[in-house]
Amino acid sequence: MLAVAVGRRALSVAERNVAALKSAYWIVLLSGFLEPLLYLLSIGIGVGALVGDLTLPGGEVVEYAAFVAPAMLASSAMSGALSETTFNFFGKMKYMKLYDGVLATPVQPFEIALGELAWAMVRGSLYSAAFLGVMVSMDLTTGLRALAAFPATVLTGFAFGALGMTLSTFMRGWQDFDVVGSAQFALFLFSGTFVPAESYPALLRWVVELSPLTRAVDLIRGITTGASGGHPWLDLAYLVAVLALGLWVAARRMGKLLAK
Amino acid sequence: MSDPRARVRIVANEPLIHARGLVKRFGSFTAVDGIDVDVQPGEAFGFLGPNGAGKSSTMRMVGCVSPPTGGTLRILGMDPRRDGPAIRGRLGVCPQLDNLDPELTVRENLTTYARYFGIPRKVARQRADELLDFVQLSERAGSKVEPLSGGMKRRLTIARALVNEPEIVLLDEPTTGLDPQARHLVWERLFRLKQQGVTLVLTTHYMDEAEQLCDRLVVMDGGKIVAEGSPRELIDRYSTREVVELRFAAESQAGFADKLAGIGERVEVLPDRILLYVEDGDAALAAVHERALTPASVLERRSSLEDVFLHLTGRTLVD
Repeated sequence: MLAVAVGRRALSVAERNVAALKSAYWIVLLSGFLEPLLYLLSIGIGVGALVGDLTLPGGEVVEYAAFVAPAMLASSAMSGALSETTFNFFGKMKYMKLYDGVLATPVQPFEIALGELAWAMVRGSLYSAAFLGVMVSMDLTTGLRALAAFPATVLTGFAFGALGMTLSTFMRGWQDFDVVGSAQFALFLFSGTFVPAESYPALLRWVVELSPLTRAVDLIRGITTGASGGHPWLDLAYLVAVLALGLWVAARRMGKLLAK
Repeated sequence: MSDPRARVRIVANEPLIHARGLVKRFGSFTAVDGIDVDVQPGEAFGFLGPNGAGKSSTMRMVGCVSPPTGGTLRILGMDPRRDGPAIRGRLGVCPQLDNLDPELTVRENLTTYARYFGIPRKVARQRADELLDFVQLSERAGSKVEPLSGGMKRRLTIARALVNEPEIVLLDEPTTGLDPQARHLVWERLFRLKQQGVTLVLTTHYMDEAEQLCDRLVVMDGGKIVAEGSPRELIDRYSTREVVELRFAAESQAGFADKLAGIGERVEVLPDRILLYVEDGDAALAAVHERALTPASVLERRSSLEDVFLHLTGRTLVD
């Protein structure tokens, strides 16, 4: 009964975003998909031709593009979720004062967080599904593996969405988003995306291993390449923990910021 | 719509809004300092006061978006701390600053808002059309919010507050910043709501608005209630029936105050004029002429809520 009401109200928050979908938005969506694709083509295929094949920690040998592609997939799930829960979420909360109006209805802060996150996940999943299609067509994974990888990309989107929402509640103004952008780019470069985490010096390696994107890449790469050297259960637990913690903190912070 | 258990808790004759010793503090600042309020069904109730008097803080507590710091508050027989969603489902809120959704059209603003209350899509669309008609915005249904005038945005916000067919409508300064035509249109619509039996709770610092709309009101100052009653009662209690405004040609008006002493109940000296609070304006004016005083201009008028308000909250600028 309670869960139904919570779910229904969270859904109404996501529904608002569907109503707000206008032509301009599709351009934003498209760019979010194009970016990782361009990286895949330039680095995966271009640089890959120079690098040749790669031996994974589990002993499997894969071509470089097949190594980079799952990382680009995880990154696009991350950036889709983050752009929705940082820029858009912050704008709605601080500048459009959207949630001030929503909170005058039966909808509660936690349900707003949940609804916005669900929407961010839908957006992230669109990127992921399209990108998985590209990977299959380029023979970088099989259709079956792509299907299995999809839920992992959804979880990735969820975790980064919750993280982004939490960050947004701490932002003072747009200038703080430069920091988020830099952090996101650092994650993109150093999360076992272009080189295996094992190839960094010991200290740096552990920093890399702890990055949430590394965990997402490890999980998805294991599925799309069939490599055995990863830690899928650890990755899953880590991402679920980020999701739960992020959602909890975000809802609490929103209650504090909005229900004064 | 709302929790059915919540409805049966309403006891007959219990006021819709019941507050005792209600307090709101922000850190060390006390915005609302122990107020007692009862609002009865079908009533139009006003909170009057200068800026910073605690009106909006009170409204936010009644709207169940701001938890009280102390005291008792019951709305529709329920406790806002526990039954927030159930209470908000039966309230309509028109905030001081329009927070319409700029990414949606006028009509979508209503249909989307209805969904937050769990109203089915079909009903939402139907109600949106009725409400747009009610606030005379049907022709702008497909327009974005941004190009609308201030008055149109206000009317849309009021329509949005009605989308769940609320039992109580909270209006925080509903006509602030509107031109006279827009204000009168809003008043007229609010009056129609009142006739339909909707309970209205509004804040304002416009005296004419309070006199037009409110059956009963409280004057707030510094977080406290300083007076309560119907507009007429307040004028009778805190002012006289009529006011005579005298303007003398001399530099300083103050010199004439002594000469006017004894005429009417009270003499107030302002930098540019002198106010006589009297029962009978003509008689007072005759008395002025008897003392051989010749003001440059004279205005006789009925006492208004504004006189009460200024008497109770002072003439000093608050912010």
